[in-house]
Amino acid sequence: MTQHIVRAFDEELGVLSAKIVQMGGIAEAMLVDAVDALAKHDVAKARTVVERDAQLDEIQHIIEEQAVLLIAKRQPMANDLRHIMGTIRIASDIERIGDLVKNIGKRVTVMEDRFLSFRSMSGIQHMAHLVLQQVKAVLDSFSQNSAELAHHVWLHDGEVDTLHNALFRELLTYMMEDPRSITFATHMLFIAKNIERAGDHATNIAETVYFIETGQQLSGPRPKGESSAVAFDSQDD
Amino acid sequence: MNDVQMMTATADGTQPRVKVSARGVDVFYGEKHAIKNLTVDIPDRTVTAFIGPSGCGKSTFLRCINRMNDTIPSCRVTGRIEIDGEDIYDPVLDVVQLRARVGMVFQKPNPFPKSVFENVAYGPKIHGLARDRTELEEIVVRSLKRASLFEEVKDRLNDPGTGLSGGQQQRLCIARAIAVSPEVILMDEPCSALDPIATAKIEELIDELRSNFTIVIVTHSMQQAARVSQRTAFFHLGTLVEEGATEQIFTAPQDRRTQDYITGRFG
Repeated sequence: MTQHIVRAFDEELGVLSAKIVQMGGIAEAMLVDAVDALAKHDVAKARTVVERDAQLDEIQHIIEEQAVLLIAKRQPMANDLRHIMGTIRIASDIERIGDLVKNIGKRVTVMEDRFLSFRSMSGIQHMAHLVLQQVKAVLDSFSQNSAELAHHVWLHDGEVDTLHNALFRELLTYMMEDPRSITFATHMLFIAKNIERAGDHATNIAETVYFIETGQQLSGPRPKGESSAVAFDSQDD
Repeated sequence: MNDVQMMTATADGTQPRVKVSARGVDVFYGEKHAIKNLTVDIPDRTVTAFIGPSGCGKSTFLRCINRMNDTIPSCRVTGRIEIDGEDIYDPVLDVVQLRARVGMVFQKPNPFPKSVFENVAYGPKIHGLARDRTELEEIVVRSLKRASLFEEVKDRLNDPGTGLSGGQQQRLCIARAIAVSPEVILMDEPCSALDPIATAKIEELIDELRSNFTIVIVTHSMQQAARVSQRTAFFHLGTLVEEGATEQIFTAPQDRRTQDYITGRFG
């Protein structure tokens, strides 16, 4: 990208992008730790996940303030304008991912550990791994200005949905077999849902990155997971 | 590309009629090739903004539309420019009549050293648009009202036009331009000598005038082009680089040069 005549403008845009990368890094680490804390029932680690969410909120505020200041000072146009507006949206998506992961952390601190041997645990870990890849890839697409990579992320959300639906059925079976597991399994259902929603936010970010880079909205058919859990999803956006 | 084409349509979905059409226009100042093979359609009752760096040819082309360049001896215009399908460079065409149809407002307000009333009455008088004093007064009042100036000057119609504030003088020039009922109004940086409040008033006025006139405005203020126009054309080095719906030009331009210019990246 050619530089602006006013060099301070480039620097200010650079600061905004750096803050997004910083937020992304925190959110990724929180997700890794949250799932790790779940698998090992590490309550102390789960608490650190909950605490770290405040950092995301703070950086998001900084991004919003700086973006507003940039718009007021520079009156950005075209790709600059899309970049700044996109940055605000991406910050808000990462902040939401942080909230969802924080909720996983909270659940771990109150869950019993006697059902931890459930096979569904590996399902959750697998889902979290996929979502983490999506989040990493979409943040790479942002920092590399790659519409192509963003498009790739956007197309690959379906796997997460499919896994989520499989987990949903599996946990229902456990609850039917052993009613004592209902509390635990319900927590697991919500955790799975949170991870799946974090994946949705990665897809939102992909759409934003694509718009920043091309000025066009991503559209067309997108592979969706199976829809067996439609009733469960109905309150979803 | 489809949505780009959609954006060129008006709100009710109809395609506006072409008012001014240029085909393969070249302009030379002596040896200097100021405009190169320009082809563009300017829609009726729409504000079209010309943007581009200094010396890009935007003002030159604007001045071709009412043959103001005829006054420059070294200037040569080739190609075809039509208004409502009529060739305006046809040798039999009456240039004075053409300039009554195509009014112009300049960068610096340039009222005649006459009264406010006489400034507006001058055009209708020389074109014989009023049969008597009453009709002339009607035209003057109507023009001042349309230029959103009447309320401010109604008690000073006999004071000199040059005694008004800069913004009022510019609105007086707009009133003078519309007094002869032109079809097209050309504006060459009409706000560059005005403060933000006076600028806002002119912009508001341009928006009102567009329901009756075809307006072409040259501006160096990108924000102004984005605010007042429906179509924007970007000129660079005598070439029309890109022309399109204003919202598209300022949010997602197709050409790299347009993007570099409007985002302040031109070297």
